Amino acid sequence: MTSLAGPTRRLPFGLSPIAAIAAFVLLVFVVMALLAPWLSPFDPARQTLLARLKPPGFTTVSGAVYWLGTDEVGRDLLSRVIYGARISLLVAVLSVAVSGTLGTCLGMIAGTYRGWVEIVIMRLVDIVLSIPAILLAIVTVAVLGPGLLNLVLVLGLTRWPRYTRVAYGQTLSVANLTYVTAARISGVRGPRLLLRHMLPNILAPMIVVATLEFGLMVLFEAGLSFLGLGIQPPTPSWGSILAVGRNYVGQAWWIATLPGFCLFGLVLSINLLGDFLRDRFDPRSQTSS
Amino acid sequence: MTGFLLNRAAQSIVSFWGAISIVFVIMHLSGDPTLLLVPEGATRADIEQLRHLLGFDRPLIVQYADYLFQLLRFDFGASLIQRVPVMDIILSRLPYTLWLGGCALALALLIGIPVGVLTGLFRGRLVDRICMPIVLIGQSMPTFWSGILLILLFAVELRWLPSSGAESSVSVIMPAVALGALSMATYARIARTGVIEELSKEYVRAVRAKGVSGIQVVLSHVLRNASIPIITVSALEIANLLAGAVIVETVFAWPGLGQLAVQSIASRDFLVVQGLVVLGAFTHIGLNFVADLLYGVVDPRISLSRRDT
Repeated sequence: MTSLAGPTRRLPFGLSPIAAIAAFVLLVFVVMALLAPWLSPFDPARQTLLARLKPPGFTTVSGAVYWLGTDEVGRDLLSRVIYGARISLLVAVLSVAVSGTLGTCLGMIAGTYRGWVEIVIMRLVDIVLSIPAILLAIVTVAVLGPGLLNLVLVLGLTRWPRYTRVAYGQTLSVANLTYVTAARISGVRGPRLLLRHMLPNILAPMIVVATLEFGLMVLFEAGLSFLGLGIQPPTPSWGSILAVGRNYVGQAWWIATLPGFCLFGLVLSINLLGDFLRDRFDPRSQTSS
Repeated sequence: MTGFLLNRAAQSIVSFWGAISIVFVIMHLSGDPTLLLVPEGATRADIEQLRHLLGFDRPLIVQYADYLFQLLRFDFGASLIQRVPVMDIILSRLPYTLWLGGCALALALLIGIPVGVLTGLFRGRLVDRICMPIVLIGQSMPTFWSGILLILLFAVELRWLPSSGAESSVSVIMPAVALGALSMATYARIARTGVIEELSKEYVRAVRAKGVSGIQVVLSHVLRNASIPIITVSALEIANLLAGAVIVETVFAWPGLGQLAVQSIASRDFLVVQGLVVLGAFTHIGLNFVADLLYGVVDPRISLSRRDT
């Protein structure tokens, strides 16, 4: 295979060319999020009522340029998109951390202790998965109220079952391996056995699940914010900018196009990286690329 | 077979009970569900009166039993805002969502599966190289963005289709495309993987060696076996379509259940929201049960191997 692959120059971490581009795009968004205050030309919340719904490239008398135009209250769209990356990544990272930790722990506990613990946890997985995720998120946000913290809580507490399923399966396959038995015999028990001995060996598939979930979390945040149930104004979120863009679709095409493109680019690059990682860690799934 | 079905039916019932219990817990998460139901600015006496009227002043366990008993009779209560049974409100919106979801599913199946089969048969060839990136893009397009882009192109620029509502018979086209795109991509991927996997199996070579033509092998053997994962995914996809309708219906102002859910949250009509979530879970579980039934029909091996369990 490799002899036919053409150029011999190796990419770092053994990335495929597509995965390398995806990683680069992801990196651009991370930098954008981290450096938002220095990169944005304007304060994302500053309203200029004289510059409402101006098209991209609009220049004021004083010489300030709105590269991507302005929204319905005259806020600079470029600055809002840059700050939006912050919210998008922040919510996704936090909710993946919450759901991933919770889900992995539950899965490992179910796989190690078996018996009624296993039955209760795995039935709970089936039950939570039986409620459509978006509806579950919507109803919880509706009860708890919107906002960043609640959004993370809702996504974290509703999106753990996928991790649990994978962690459970992996734990079962690891639990009877010689080294685990050896650790057990030498007296390692409880959390120490799970965290120090088993977790490192099931980490790879968990990272794959987390990557794919990460893309979903970005979409969920944007979707809920689009519906007005996520990040609340004036904090800029790609989803809520898109909602404005939908309302002004006839007058200002630019409001929805660029934030949507960023969202699409971010999710696509995460999905591509996820596919790459899955193929890398699980050779069986290579046909499904 | 019967044992397997009974087992699955029992599991489905447990799942449904669990799901509605979770909804009950969520509705009580805020401490006092009465506060979710009253309009803003209600007086203390109003709240007190409503709490008593709805029975929220009773012990939790009584409320829970009452809630379960109500749902068993498919009684979702009455909307406090519209003063109509929740079921009537839901039923009046249901046809719109079914029509939209049906169109989206038809699009997804009619385009996704042929694309998947073709790209699987001609893996690595031109068709495959052109179609698979498009499929991948379709999978990563957020529906609320693709929906707005469709509106920009076909409603604002070209003026071919209405941008929102359900008044005209062509109104369904754009929402159905936006809603179906993701499923289309999923079907294409699954069908492609299925075909590739089946083609590599021994029996294909055996049948070919007996002199059966390539097309016949594909039509009568490969597709039948490759359809098993498609059926599994279909249950999930239909559920996804119904859930995706929440956003797509909002983008296109389509008067279905999804829009109803968002409107009900905005107007604090929580019993309607609760009814919709319960209905969503019921549909989801029901679809999975049907998928299990269908496996047995398509692949008799499954029911045989699970007879003992």
